[in-house]
Amino acid sequence: MTQPSVAERAWSRYTPQQRWKRFAGLIVVALAVTWSVATLDVIWPWVWDAPVQIGDLFRRMVPPEFSNWRAIFWALVETLNIATLATFVAVFVSLPIAYISAQNTTPNRFTLWLGRFILVSSRSVNTLIWALLFVAIFGPGVLAGIIAIMFRSLGFLGKLMGEAIEEIDRRPVEALEATGASRAKVILYAIVPQVIPTFFAVSILRWDINLRESTVLGLVGAGGIGVILQGAIDTLAWPTVATVLLAIIVLVIAGEAVAAWLRKKVI
Amino acid sequence: MLRIQQLVKRYGHDEPVLKGLDLEVPDESVVSIIGASGAGKSTLLRCINRLVEPTSGSIELNGAELTRLHGNELRKARRRIGMIFQGFNLVDRLTVMENVQCGRLGYIPYWRAALRKYPTADIDRAYTLMERVGIAHYANKRADELSGGERQRVGVVRALMQNPEILLADEPTASLDPVSSRQIMELLQTLAQELQLPVLINIHNVAEAREYTQRIVGMRFGRLIFDGKPEDLDQSAMDTVYSGTPAEDRQQAEQDTSRAVVS
Repeated sequence: MTQPSVAERAWSRYTPQQRWKRFAGLIVVALAVTWSVATLDVIWPWVWDAPVQIGDLFRRMVPPEFSNWRAIFWALVETLNIATLATFVAVFVSLPIAYISAQNTTPNRFTLWLGRFILVSSRSVNTLIWALLFVAIFGPGVLAGIIAIMFRSLGFLGKLMGEAIEEIDRRPVEALEATGASRAKVILYAIVPQVIPTFFAVSILRWDINLRESTVLGLVGAGGIGVILQGAIDTLAWPTVATVLLAIIVLVIAGEAVAAWLRKKVI
Repeated sequence: MLRIQQLVKRYGHDEPVLKGLDLEVPDESVVSIIGASGAGKSTLLRCINRLVEPTSGSIELNGAELTRLHGNELRKARRRIGMIFQGFNLVDRLTVMENVQCGRLGYIPYWRAALRKYPTADIDRAYTLMERVGIAHYANKRADELSGGERQRVGVVRALMQNPEILLADEPTASLDPVSSRQIMELLQTLAQELQLPVLINIHNVAEAREYTQRIVGMRFGRLIFDGKPEDLDQSAMDTVYSGTPAEDRQQAEQDTSRAVVS
């Protein structure tokens, strides 16, 4: 047996054909980016003007106006309440949806598709769009905001809980079925304990997200701190806008801290 | 008294796993079922409490036919059939007491189960049984904090809480170390005597089967091919139960059916 010559031992990561394909892929991506930028109707002078505008806006915002801190404080409380109440209700409503959209617990094909349909429709509509819809139905105010947040949360909670149910250990379920326990008791003793950790983790996470989402609900008239923000922007009350933005940052950071603490405490 | 006649189980259109199996187990006897993996031992046990649906045949427990029960009737029948599993099948995040009380779920109302307000008599019985197997001091521990041998004891007590008329044990010692394994076999043997229960044990450890049971049943190709006392299980009997490879088993099984079709 002869040693392979140096030429035979030559190695390259890609064949010439692969190399051309990769190069062609790169060209396609570059073209797509160029085309999207070209079709955008960007008014470039405004872009070049941006730093000046930022400086101008900043000067108008400073110093923040704290005189109506009382109204802002109560709007913050309202925001917090919208998020908490909506999360609380959504958590309970999402449980039966999770149950019917999990492969291993759903009673039949029809309920499975019904559950999945509810989850997908809830998730594919943004909270603000839900809010617009419910403001049209219930009129402006907190109620529309709560229901909007709830509807958007259903899909999130239901999907993650449903996945948790699908991932449970089947064996305790089998064991309890063998004792002659009814379906409801098997759920209570073999399924519920296994999904409880996910239940708390997902609920806390969603509360955290909802707190952020409820700060913008006011932009479409669905209550919360956003109403004051919108009003201040409309009246060009930039010092008040600054205060509201600061308040939102404080609220979100506090919410984050509470969520982290709860997570450590409960799970 | 358990009487199984002409039991057949077929999954889909495959070769049947059980092919017309007959078995009688009188009260107060401990029977070991041995056989290579895939011989149908697990399927046999699961057909008795209908975790697996038998295709045809009859299973009678103390005169009551089990194969035709549905819904509530089936659940009532299952209450009297205790089962012990290879993987213990406990609910890890519940306490030992809650796991043990799972054996009573078929008897108590839903609100009691939900609120953990178990009847005093059940709690008393749980403590008696847990003391009997040496786990009473773990009542408030979570099931996943226990060792393998202790977890299987919880499994045994859960089955006994059902007040069963028969105990089915599906390789109860296969996940245990040798010492715990012997302890569990000893426990099953003495409990069968104390509570006058028939016990069916699927087991891979033939030495333990010989030592702790009065009767050994050998399965192959979904049929019983040995049934006798431990001392009757000699080398040639062992060979017929265990010899061959899974591939040969399948071939043999196919020949069996083609012959059956011809006749």
